[in-house]
Amino acid sequence: MEVTGAQALIKSLEEQGVEVAFGLPGGAILPVYDPILDSSIRHIHVRHEQGAGHAAEGYADATGRPGVAIVTSGPGATNIVTPVADAYMDSVPLVVVAGQVAAGAIGTDAFQEVDTTGVTMGVTKHNYLVKDVAEIPRIVAEAFHIATTGRPGPVLIDFPKDVANQRVEWHSAGRVDLPGYSPPAEPDPEAIHRAVELIRAARRPVLYVGGGVVKSEGSRALAALVEATGMPVVTTLMARGIFPDSDPRCLGMPGMHGNYTAVTAMQRSDLLIALGARFDDRVTGKVSAFAPEALVIHVDIDPAEIGKVRRPDVAVVADCRLAIEALVEALAEGGPLEAARLAPWMGQLAEWQARFPYTYDAGDGTTIKPQFVVEQLRAATPDDAILVSGVGQHQMWASQFWRFEQPRTWINSGGLGTMGFGVPAAMGAKVGRPDRMVWAIDGDGCFQMTAQELVTMSMEHIPVKIAILNNSYLGMVRQWQHMFYEERYSSVYLSPDLPDYVGWAESMGAVGLRVTSPEEVRPAIEKANEIEDRSVVIDFRTDPAEHVYPIVPAGMSNDDIVLHPSQTEPAQ
Amino acid sequence: MSPATGGNGRPRYHLLSVRVENRAGVLARVAGLFARRGFNIFSLVVAPTQDERFSRISIVVDVESAPLRQIVDQLHKLINVVEISELDPGDAREAELLLVTVGVPRSGEPGLVELIGRFGAQVVEESPKATMIMLVGETGPLDEFEAGLGRYGILEIQRTGRIGLPTLSPAT
Repeated sequence: MEVTGAQALIKSLEEQGVEVAFGLPGGAILPVYDPILDSSIRHIHVRHEQGAGHAAEGYADATGRPGVAIVTSGPGATNIVTPVADAYMDSVPLVVVAGQVAAGAIGTDAFQEVDTTGVTMGVTKHNYLVKDVAEIPRIVAEAFHIATTGRPGPVLIDFPKDVANQRVEWHSAGRVDLPGYSPPAEPDPEAIHRAVELIRAARRPVLYVGGGVVKSEGSRALAALVEATGMPVVTTLMARGIFPDSDPRCLGMPGMHGNYTAVTAMQRSDLLIALGARFDDRVTGKVSAFAPEALVIHVDIDPAEIGKVRRPDVAVVADCRLAIEALVEALAEGGPLEAARLAPWMGQLAEWQARFPYTYDAGDGTTIKPQFVVEQLRAATPDDAILVSGVGQHQMWASQFWRFEQPRTWINSGGLGTMGFGVPAAMGAKVGRPDRMVWAIDGDGCFQMTAQELVTMSMEHIPVKIAILNNSYLGMVRQWQHMFYEERYSSVYLSPDLPDYVGWAESMGAVGLRVTSPEEVRPAIEKANEIEDRSVVIDFRTDPAEHVYPIVPAGMSNDDIVLHPSQTEPAQ
Repeated sequence: MSPATGGNGRPRYHLLSVRVENRAGVLARVAGLFARRGFNIFSLVVAPTQDERFSRISIVVDVESAPLRQIVDQLHKLINVVEISELDPGDAREAELLLVTVGVPRSGEPGLVELIGRFGAQVVEESPKATMIMLVGETGPLDEFEAGLGRYGILEIQRTGRIGLPTLSPAT
C-alpha cells in the first residue's frame, strides 16, 4: 500500500500504541494534520505549544506511558523547547514531532524556519531530522524505544514538509538496531553483594529515593526493602508518593525546603542508599558538607550520574526496580537483620519528627494561610487523586503538606523549575487517568503563564480542578528578596485582582470560585469536588507574607537549615 | 602540544578514540556535549572508517575541566556513539601531521636543511621566499620540530591534532 510520509508517520504512531497526542497545527505540519482525521489517535488541540508539551509530560507522568506532541516549524517548535527541556531534566518520556520547512529550503531562512534539530540537541535524549520518507517507520520506532528505555527522556522528530508529502510503499518498522545504545538493566551481582554488606553494617542508614524509582515502577520493591531492613526513607521532590507518607519510616522530602528530620537524617547518616536520585544541588546544599560521615551506595540506570556529584562507595548501574529486588533477595539469603540494630537511630529520628515537624503560624483566623489550603484540599480528596503543581512557594507547600500515599499521584517540574507547568500538566494527567480526580495547586504567577489551556479543557471535556494560592506576588522570589536582598522587592508584585481570576475562569468555560476567609476554604473545596463535568478554578486569597520553611539558603550546608521561627534551634 | 601534566602529576590531556555512527550532525552532537558540559577539547579529528556506517573521532580532552570518567560516561549517552576507547600512551600508536610554512627558502639555510633531514620531514612546496614543510609523527617530536623552526619565522602552521589506534597485541 502506498502512503504519504504524513500517513506513514501517523500509522507509525498508531503502531507504537499512541492513543493521544497534544498539538497545534501550522504551515509546515499541515500534511500531518490531514491523516489525523482518519486516525484512532485522539488529537487534543491546545492553545499554545508549551501547553502541548507540558500536557504530554503530565500524561506521561500519570500513566508511565510516553507523551506525544505535534507542533509546526519555527515558532511552534521553539514554543515547545521549554517543555522538552523540562522533560529532559525530569527524565520524562516524550516523543515530539515538529514540522520543518521543505528539505530543499533548509538553510535558506525560509518562512517559519528554525534549526529545530540544532536548537533541541542539548535538551533531548536524541533527535532526528527526517530526510528520506522511507526512514519514517524506523525513526518513529527508534524514537519511542529511546524515549522509554534506560533513563527516559524526550526525543524530537524534525519532519520536513516535502518529506511528509512524498509517497512511499508502507512498511512496518523492523527490529530497532541502535549499535550505540544498550541501556543497562540487571544489576551486577558483585555490586549487590557489596551493597548488602554495607547495609548490614550500617547503623544510621537512609534510603534516598528519587524519581528513578517512580520511572521504574519500583514502589513495591521499595516497600519490600524497607520491610526487610527497617531503614527510613526520604522521598525527593520527584519521588513523593513512591513510599507512603503515612508510614512512620517515611521521613518525607529532603533538601532546600525539606523537613528537619529528612535533611538531618541524611547529614548524620552513616550510609546513604541513593536509588534513582542524582544528588541535585537542591538536595545536597553545599556538596562538600553534605552527609559527611556517610558511605554511599548509588543505584542509577544512567552511568553518567555515578560519581557526577558524589563519588559512591558502591555503584549499581541498573534499573532501580531490578536493583532493589536484587538487594531484597540478597539480604534474604544472608538471614534476617537484627531488628534492634537501628533502634537508637530510629529513636533519634522519631524525636526529631516530634520536635520539628513542618509547621506554620495559624494566624488570627482572618487571613488564609496557604498551608491550611493544602491541608484542607488533602483532607477533602481521595488518596488516589493526582496532584499537579506549578513552580514556587505553592509547589513546596504542596509537597510539604499533602500526604502522598500512592506513586504517580504527584506531578511537578523539579529539575527545570518551569513556571506555568501546572495547568497544562493537569490536563495531560486527566487525559491519561480520566478515572482519577486531578487537582492542580498553582500560583497566581504560574497560572497567568499557561491558563489558556483551560479553554482546551472546556472544549475537549477534560475537567480538572485548580486551586490558585493567590498571594498577589511571585512568592518565592519575594521570599528571597525578603531574606537575602534586604526586603527590596523588585518586580514581584502581581495584584490580587488583576486579572479577575473568577471572571477569567468563567470566560474559559470553567467554574470560578473566590475564597477570601478561612471558613470558606473547606466548603469551596467540597463544592469543587462535586463538579464533575467542568473544570473549576478557586481563587484562594492567601497571606502574601508567608514564607516556606525550613530553608537551607542556597550554597549553604544542610547543617545551616533555617527552621520556622516558632521552632527553637535544635540541640545537636 | 606540550606533554603537560595536571596538578596530580598525571597527564592533563587524554586521547579518546570514539567510534560513531556516520550520521548527519554527529560531530555537532559531540562538540555540543563538550560545550554544554564545560568539557574542554584540545584537538579533534574525524573521518570515516573502513566500514561506511561508522566514523572515528580522535579527541584529545583536557581532564582539568572534568574527570575523564565523567566525560566518557556523558559521551556514551549520545545515541550515535558506539564505542569509546581511551588510548593510553603505552598501549597505543599515535601520530599527528604538521604542515608549516617558514619565511625563508631552503637553499640559503643549511640549518633548515639539517633540521628537515634530522626529523625526516618533507618539503612539499618551495618559493624564492618561503618553504612549506610536512612532518608526520608523534606529538613530542612535532613539538621539537616546531620549536626548531622558530628561528626561520613561521608564517603559517596547521597541526591535525593526535590520532591513534590501539597497539598490536603480541598475539596479533
